[in-house]
Amino acid sequence: MSRLLKQHPSLAWIALVVFATLCSLAVVWAQKNLGAAESAPVMKSQPKPEKHPVTIKPGPPTPRLDTGLKDAQGNAITAACSTCHSTTTPNTTRNTAHDLFQAHRGLSYAHGQLTCLSCHNAKDYDTLHLADGRSVAFPDVMTLCAQCHGTAMRDYLHGSHGGMNGHWDLSKGPRVRNNCVNCHDPHHPEFPLVRPVLPPRDRISVPNVPAEH
Amino acid sequence: MNDPSPPSPKTPCGGNCSCSGGSANASPPPGDDGSTRRAVLKGLGATLGVAAYAKALAPLTELTKETSMDEFLQKHYKELSKDEIATVITRLTQEAKEQYGADVTISDPKPQEGVKFGYALNLSICNGCRKCAEACHLENNHDRPSHQSYIRVFEMTKGSMDFEKGNVHYDHPVPQPDKYYMPVQCQQCEHPPCVDVCPVEATWKEKDGIVVVDYNWCIGCRYCEAACPYHARRFNWQKPQIPAAEINPDQSYLSNRIRPQGVMEKCTFCLHRTRNGRLPACLEACPTGARVFGDLNDPASEVRYVLENKRVFVLKEELGLKPQFFYFFDE
Repeated sequence: MSRLLKQHPSLAWIALVVFATLCSLAVVWAQKNLGAAESAPVMKSQPKPEKHPVTIKPGPPTPRLDTGLKDAQGNAITAACSTCHSTTTPNTTRNTAHDLFQAHRGLSYAHGQLTCLSCHNAKDYDTLHLADGRSVAFPDVMTLCAQCHGTAMRDYLHGSHGGMNGHWDLSKGPRVRNNCVNCHDPHHPEFPLVRPVLPPRDRISVPNVPAEH
Repeated sequence: MNDPSPPSPKTPCGGNCSCSGGSANASPPPGDDGSTRRAVLKGLGATLGVAAYAKALAPLTELTKETSMDEFLQKHYKELSKDEIATVITRLTQEAKEQYGADVTISDPKPQEGVKFGYALNLSICNGCRKCAEACHLENNHDRPSHQSYIRVFEMTKGSMDFEKGNVHYDHPVPQPDKYYMPVQCQQCEHPPCVDVCPVEATWKEKDGIVVVDYNWCIGCRYCEAACPYHARRFNWQKPQIPAAEINPDQSYLSNRIRPQGVMEKCTFCLHRTRNGRLPACLEACPTGARVFGDLNDPASEVRYVLENKRVFVLKEELGLKPQFFYFFDE
């Protein structure tokens, strides 16, 4: 052995390097595995902070028609949609805003190519229906909207679509989120034009003037 | 004034020099004239000295109710001990009562460990209604007559992202079909130039990423305002005027307490709310849901979803300031 080393002194160096590499690998392995073993019980011992709920505002209640009459207490007398619709057969030819009449006159309607019965349930006017015919209660209207507006629903579920109030940190407090129809009129989902509020008056933001050339 | 007579020959220089004989730096001639000039100069010097002294002491004479001796001698926020900050807050609460007639609560929330705030805004959705600017105005106790707000909403021509060419003074129903709307507020830069230029270190970046101002340390030089490429800083030209009933009593030292006259102020992501887990006021006020706020360090946060899945850009990226405020589009 010693004769071999005397003949080839570089072998000693190679052996040293191999030894050092093995040692460092062992240390790394130990840190990784033993560290994980140590940290696991720590994770268990720290209880996750209790999360407050995220509440989605319910959709609208089952709609009722204002008859324009008042009762003895002065409250408006309303009627369920089914009051009339249970005795009439749906007229599928009347589909556009222009066609609407009787109680529906004056309704602002602009929602793609949808017709009334795309969403309203002809079998039970106190509910809505999905594309596959299953009925949906008015408060659960988001399920209905999500059939077409999948990307909006996807973003909504990830919190990047839709207004909200409350806490960003759910360990500190709850959050309340808007329903689709809190912001979008289902008959006219596009946002209406609005007047901007609080015109700025500060000295820096001078009115935009075209550059002089 | 314009005495045309040449230097008087009656005061000869006396030496062999080449002077014309009448200049002031010549050796004073003997006689009454010289002593009078000296007396006048002495008197003038003394007057100027007294005036300069009085001017130097002027700030002390201005220590009225508005600027108490305690405020004048107050230390930098970072040097205040817990007891001292409590004393300062008590004083500020009393001042709000005396000067504005409002009962306010001033807190001093600290950054949450491990949290770094990020804000994202959906330009596809924003309709330019300026409700966010209004909410900021009310939440942060801004001066009412000047309509001060930390948010400016720029009406932008489609196809351009240069908000320097945007218009903030639009006054017509929004959104206009050929425009989009870009609210701009403090971008809470990673490398804030406003902090670099402050000569007195009255502004700095906190651990959760929010750039704050110690309103009592600020000298009002407005360097930071000039340095900010987002026009995000505001100056209190006047003592803020707010009716007592409109004052938001939920205040904090570094954010929305009523600022004194002559100091800078800026968006703090409503740290009195966000450091307690709440959403910023501008987000809650947005009727379109264009704003997304959260913890950039939390992979499950809403703002991280936006950064990882949307087309995102930052304003004036070429400046390399690394804003923590992001703009994005829907598909």
